[in-house]
Amino acid sequence: MHIVVCIKQVPETRNVEVCPETGVLLRDGVDSIMNPFDLYALEAALRLKEQYGGTVSVISMGPPQAQTVIREAYQMGADRGYLLSDRAFAGADTLATSYTLAQGIEKLDAYDVILCGLQTTDGDTAQVGPGIAEVLGIPHESNVSRVLGATADGLQVISDLGTMVYTKSIKFPCLVTLTKGVGEPRLLSFKLKQSTRDWPITTWSAADLDSAAQDFFGLSGSPTQVERIFPPTVSDSFETWEGSGLELSHKLVQKLQELRLVEGVERAQN
Amino acid sequence: MLRINHDLCTLCEHCISVCPFGALQLAHDSIQVLDACRLCKICVRQCPVEAMYIESTTSTPEATPDARDVLVVAEFENGGLHPVTLELIGKGREMADEISASLGCVLIGFGSASHGEYVLEYGVDRAFIFDHEELEHFRIEPYTCAVEEVIKEFEPAIVLFAATPIGRSLAPRVAARCRTGLTADCTTLEVRPNGELVQIRPAFGGNIMAQIITPNHRPQMATMRYKIMDPAKPRRNPGARVEVRELASEALASAIKVLNVEKRPPEVSIADAEIIVAAGRGIGDRETLALVEKLAHLLGGQVGVTRPLVEAGWADYTQQIGLSGRAIRPKLLITVGVSGAVQFSASVTGAEVIVAINNDPHAPIFKVAHYGLVGDLHEILPALINDLQEVTAYAI
Repeated sequence: MHIVVCIKQVPETRNVEVCPETGVLLRDGVDSIMNPFDLYALEAALRLKEQYGGTVSVISMGPPQAQTVIREAYQMGADRGYLLSDRAFAGADTLATSYTLAQGIEKLDAYDVILCGLQTTDGDTAQVGPGIAEVLGIPHESNVSRVLGATADGLQVISDLGTMVYTKSIKFPCLVTLTKGVGEPRLLSFKLKQSTRDWPITTWSAADLDSAAQDFFGLSGSPTQVERIFPPTVSDSFETWEGSGLELSHKLVQKLQELRLVEGVERAQN
Repeated sequence: MLRINHDLCTLCEHCISVCPFGALQLAHDSIQVLDACRLCKICVRQCPVEAMYIESTTSTPEATPDARDVLVVAEFENGGLHPVTLELIGKGREMADEISASLGCVLIGFGSASHGEYVLEYGVDRAFIFDHEELEHFRIEPYTCAVEEVIKEFEPAIVLFAATPIGRSLAPRVAARCRTGLTADCTTLEVRPNGELVQIRPAFGGNIMAQIITPNHRPQMATMRYKIMDPAKPRRNPGARVEVRELASEALASAIKVLNVEKRPPEVSIADAEIIVAAGRGIGDRETLALVEKLAHLLGGQVGVTRPLVEAGWADYTQQIGLSGRAIRPKLLITVGVSGAVQFSASVTGAEVIVAINNDPHAPIFKVAHYGLVGDLHEILPALINDLQEVTAYAI
């Protein structure tokens, strides 16, 4: 089985502080790590490999520093690493990112399954996995909380789609996005650190990818544009209410209705 | 790509100080652009001498700005409409009215035909129905094809999906097929007179808001967060109609087989809970804890506790909030009889709205609470339970 795992390097914390006056992200001392959801995807891939045999390839798009997360994947047990890195990829939205990663995956040996983390902690969109599947023309299943096993022609998975939980079989080649239910990601192995130290990381630039695809990379391939960013208006009004139990209760229920934290809002007000 | 006209640049370094991504630096007597640049253009706008510009490699825009109409993709699951559908229709109707456009709604699912008339009662002009046995459960390929067919026929300028697990799986697939932009999990959506969709969403874990547009591609697509927008009001438009559509057998085909479907068990972990009622030592006795549980149940939430209650054996440690317990990020946290020692207060700041009930006006919890109720919890709790029972009795 050839398993491809898409990984991304993200800032270590999602609680990036923002200066309220300038809207500038204060990122001093924020390190980069592998996107936490991608660790689950990688763990699921390694378990499939252990159970059924095969090869695990990891692929990432990012600046040259993103090699670090590919090295980490090697230290967890991945076999091959690929990095798509080029200034032409900069400014990519989720469509352009999906497209670029799909072009990179097309260059790999034929794959059976692509595993992605549900979403990244810096983007929170969950759009790139399904986007890659569409560009490659393969089926996908999102929010997979368990991989039950593989057969000769597909995977059996459990996906948790809000109010319903589905057990589904999905035929190869396919893509699934994973959540933390799949199992605790293994730690980096010191032994593997030693033995994979000299392993190469194949790096491709835009010129290495399909020439017909060039318009779909980076900024020029991104339909969405960020017009502005601004700090959220936090409800920093701290109110204190006094009164009888009944008064306080009425006031609170009304406030919860206003904030839409209680169902049955409208009819109750009429 | 961000470029700098070095002849104009005065090296004032203003751009370095305003760049949110730390992507600019001064080196070799000139401003350098690093890979971290996300092309947000803040520096371009703020440069006092207009030395910064974006060099666009974009080929001619593929815009088709003639399209004006709005399409919403209903969420139909387990034989019924998900409540987010009325919110999508409400937002869609509001925007369509603003630009004098019509509103379409696509319903996909086995048995969805019987809900077509229902959505017309909320201001939908055209309800497109795909009702087939093969569509009983969400499977990505046929659902994508169904939305694609309606987009081709209705030619909307805007398509809204729910930011639910199903919507967030379906929308990126449809957007990639249409080669258009998609903005995830929007909390504010507005339409400009020219039909441009202004999409605002939290980024970086909610620490910053991003305003996003899709200038040159149609349709513009967004997934909309559940429980933010107002649901549609009843309103029947003249000429509103249900249109039944069928998918060709190739389009119904799927490589996915549904083997089993179950209702999701209620959340057990307070780490994921959207609503938490937290009890502290101040509740006094176990009977009051039962009232707290009742309150949490009425709100559809979970019960959390502080350490003394775990130590007293009244609650399981999995319910403990505080540094030695677990961090939480609920939409609503109501604390009852919690004084708010620092290890508790520090672990609840991720909550969007904090309500504190305590009889001591000097309790530290009031420093982090958005709404502080100073009073006797033994009076407030029963009153709250009573009020909420009345209110939720009217809920759909």
